Amino acid sequence: MSGVRTPLWATERLRHVAAQAALIGLIALLCGAAGFNLVHNLEARSIRIGFDYLGQEAGFDISESLLAYDPANSYGRAFLVGLLNTLFVSGIGIVAASVLGLMIGVARLSPNWLLARLAGLYVESVRNVPLILQLLLWYGLITEILPAADQALKFGGIFLSQRGLHLPWPEPHAGWSAALLGLALAPAAMLLWQWAAARRGSVAPIWPRLACCALLPVLGWAAFGAPSEFSHPVLGGFDFEGGKSVSPEFAALLFGLTIYTAAFIAEIVRGGILAVPKGQTEAAEALGLSRAQRLRLVILPQALRVMMPPLTSQYLNLIKNSSLAVAIGYPDLVSISNTTLNQTGQAIEAITLMMAVYLLMSLAISCLMNWHNRRIRLIER
Amino acid sequence: MGAISTSPPRRLRAGRWLREKLFSSVGNSITTLVLLGLVIWLGGKFLAWGLLHAVWGQAEVSTCNALGGQGACWAVVADKWRQMLFGVYPGSEQWRPAAAVLLLCAALIVSALRRFWRWRLLVAIWIAVTCVDAWLMAGGWGLAPVETAQWGGLPVTLMLAVYGTALAFPLGVLLALGRRSQLPVVRAVSVVYIELVRGVPLITVLFMASLMFALFLPEGMGFDKLLRAQLAITLFNAAYIAEVVRGGLQALPKGQHEAAHALGLGYWQTQGLVILPQALRITIPAQVNSFIDNFKDTSLVIIVSIFDFLYAVKQAVISDLGWRHYFVEGYLFAMAIYWIFCFAMSRYSQWLEMQLNREQRT
Amino acid sequence: MLKREWIAGAALWLIVAVEPAWAGTTLDAIRQRGALVCGVHTGLAGFSAPDKAGKYAGIDVDYCKALAAAILGSADKVRYVPLTAQQRFTALQSGEVDLLSRNTTWNSKRDAAMGAVFPAVWFFDGQAFVINGRKNPKVAKLADLNKAAVCVESGTTTERNMADYARANKLNFKPVVFEGQEATEKAFQSGRCDAYTTDASGIAAMLSALPNRGDFTVLPELISKEPMGPMLRRNDADFFAVARWTIYALQQAEESGVTQANVAEMKKSNSPVVQRLTGVSGEIGKELGLDADWAVRAIRAVGNYGEIWERNIKPLGLARGNNALWNKGGLIYPMPLE
Repeated sequence: MSGVRTPLWATERLRHVAAQAALIGLIALLCGAAGFNLVHNLEARSIRIGFDYLGQEAGFDISESLLAYDPANSYGRAFLVGLLNTLFVSGIGIVAASVLGLMIGVARLSPNWLLARLAGLYVESVRNVPLILQLLLWYGLITEILPAADQALKFGGIFLSQRGLHLPWPEPHAGWSAALLGLALAPAAMLLWQWAAARRGSVAPIWPRLACCALLPVLGWAAFGAPSEFSHPVLGGFDFEGGKSVSPEFAALLFGLTIYTAAFIAEIVRGGILAVPKGQTEAAEALGLSRAQRLRLVILPQALRVMMPPLTSQYLNLIKNSSLAVAIGYPDLVSISNTTLNQTGQAIEAITLMMAVYLLMSLAISCLMNWHNRRIRLIER
Repeated sequence: MGAISTSPPRRLRAGRWLREKLFSSVGNSITTLVLLGLVIWLGGKFLAWGLLHAVWGQAEVSTCNALGGQGACWAVVADKWRQMLFGVYPGSEQWRPAAAVLLLCAALIVSALRRFWRWRLLVAIWIAVTCVDAWLMAGGWGLAPVETAQWGGLPVTLMLAVYGTALAFPLGVLLALGRRSQLPVVRAVSVVYIELVRGVPLITVLFMASLMFALFLPEGMGFDKLLRAQLAITLFNAAYIAEVVRGGLQALPKGQHEAAHALGLGYWQTQGLVILPQALRITIPAQVNSFIDNFKDTSLVIIVSIFDFLYAVKQAVISDLGWRHYFVEGYLFAMAIYWIFCFAMSRYSQWLEMQLNREQRT
Repeated sequence: MLKREWIAGAALWLIVAVEPAWAGTTLDAIRQRGALVCGVHTGLAGFSAPDKAGKYAGIDVDYCKALAAAILGSADKVRYVPLTAQQRFTALQSGEVDLLSRNTTWNSKRDAAMGAVFPAVWFFDGQAFVINGRKNPKVAKLADLNKAAVCVESGTTTERNMADYARANKLNFKPVVFEGQEATEKAFQSGRCDAYTTDASGIAAMLSALPNRGDFTVLPELISKEPMGPMLRRNDADFFAVARWTIYALQQAEESGVTQANVAEMKKSNSPVVQRLTGVSGEIGKELGLDADWAVRAIRAVGNYGEIWERNIKPLGLARGNNALWNKGGLIYPMPLE
């Protein structure tokens, strides 16, 4: 460039600043207008705003909850119950869908033509139908086709009827809580063992590891008294009493979510496996590994790196899709917020709270995945 | 391989295929036999229920009740297909939504054919189709007027999906560009919008639109219920489209930007003439997949009582007391319709991807 | 290129969507629009239910027709907006509908905290339970339903009333909550729950359409008061007055013997009450901001309260009960028209 000085108003920097200022101004204008209208409309209609309704008595009952809940509890507690229900069904759904999706994805690449085609048929039929329609169908089938409680199907001590699945369940006892704790700690113990072995430079064999860590729950159970009382479901009055019951709403939601998400996970697994360079497969074959060993030791660990981002996205989708529970009557977060906003009329607060919770969950999982991705990122030479 | 070989006669080839694909090992053979058994047993039962013992065509409820669940009662579809497809649209005028649906499908097919991929032509076609469809559905100028409260069924689903994507597209492109922008404010705004919208379920956005929206507008300004849902869906889709486009933008080599800069093109000229055409082309298969998801998501409007196809089917099967037990057939009919649309689109997306990949390699 | 499509879409949207409404009272808005926008039930037999052709019928619908006739001159100038229990309050609050005529219970929370008001009671009801008598023959009263599963619709006072009753009487109900009335009824009929609870009129509506209604038993207890009426936005005194006095006019017509058929001749009546009702004497119409024939049009459009009842609720099999006139043992007490 020759020595021509561009005037100040034409410099790129000023244009950028001006553009950004204009954008901020536009957004401020829109938000201001919306806010002003909101306040004005609320005043004109005498609608109050505020989160103090969360402390008021709820007055409605919730059909299933992980916490103790009573209609005399507050709306805030009801909200918490809904949140826990959402997390519960999402958690189990994620695990089940991953397992099923992994199996179907691997099956799709099977050398057995029939297996591959059937898996493909499953994926194509489930992926192309909206989830809410599938949920409605499963729920309708469960409530119509299963027999009434007094004619329930019986498998040993387990009863299956229109009112749900009823299982014998251990009576509450410290021994069972200890066993549960042991079960929760087992994966951590396994990882610890593996890390210790890696530090020493050796590899911990998997079966002894699994066996030893399965002992943890048993140890916990035995240490606290080895309780063995079970409560059995018994038909009384209208329904089964005792034992643990899984409601049809929960079952339909879990089933529908698992089947739907597993189809997408199957495709991701298939894509991940196909993305591993063919040389790896050939080398593993040359080393004499069986197909199962090849998958487990060579292919899947490498495929996992490619699969992680879309898998995370599917997990988030599952959590968001669990909000469809409102259509089949499972009391999740959305369903309870819905009831709350109907009874109190505080639509804005309830919806904002709902969105904030889902947003937090999504951001938390995304951040976790981003951190994990950065850690395992391939540093190319 | 490339070995010179004469191919064995067809008979042998079939036998070899069977041996390789189905019975190559003991485990494989067992799997094949078990699966075959399952397929024949379940498939046979389903066929018996769905085809052999089923009641086809118009029939009375009593005929279906007499089946006692052994056969499907497709008569419920035969009796109620009009209500399922068109909702409460006045009976005599139902040719109009049918025509509107066919026209929209035709426009989609035409847009899918690469022969017609010229911007001005496509835009002209879509504007024409939009106007004609609006005239067909709403009436006026020679047709009896029909309010939006009476629109329902398949036309509403298609409208929500197609216009939800088409109107979201410009916004999505802007957001994607904004997210990659150097200007901090623009980037912040884009990131916040995209992450916020992608982090919440569509149901909450629909609730917000249907329950809260009007409170943000000046007093007295009304807003049609269907348009509110359309707006919510559009804003929701824009965030997902933005992510797809961003993927395409990232895939472009940096050399394109540098070359454009060297040629003296400004930011908008670069984007409009060099970057976006390439990026959008790369992401077309992903866009089609996104459209399939949008199409499926329109079924969620049942929760805010917008009369779309799924709502129409649900109302048809559960509000009529006589037919209430045969909701399975109704839902299966709805599933078939959704499946046809989505499967066709996913096949198209795969075909298109293959075509584009082939072109890029050559 | 793409921008043109966007502009065209936006233009279409603007044309179709935004209704020019006017800041001002609801009556002005109704007159400008030329139609009354009524929020009604999506489908409740006897109250507001669409038939196959999409035409609505029921006592709530008839009220809207009477109001439209009084304000605009014709009962056809009504636009019905079907609303679920979830959407109704925000639809009213946001201005989407002029009023709710949707069997909404009048209670203190709705009056005080939701920015709405109730002009008068249109239908006195109570909450009842229905069971499948054939499957559970031993259940004769509510106390026998301890630990039963009860289907209830989400977003209604029924959920709360049931919980309150259970707590007060140390009973334990297992609520199964559904979205929408049809889904709730379907679940009850398929046997998912042992009982279904809603307003007694809703139960009657459901049973009236069932072929096997003999299988079902309505339990005798009414666990709550459900006075239902139209719901209006607060701070609109003129519309409130018109809505209130239309109700009382229709009820007064029954008390005075003015029917749909004889309203024209009744204009010549000697009774001062009838004269004021039909606008022959007095200035009620003008004071309400309407013309003198307002009540005559309303009565001619839908009949008096008794005729409305006969047409819509009697086929459900309900007795007048609390909904009879005050001088016939009921609670319908039309305020005096002076």
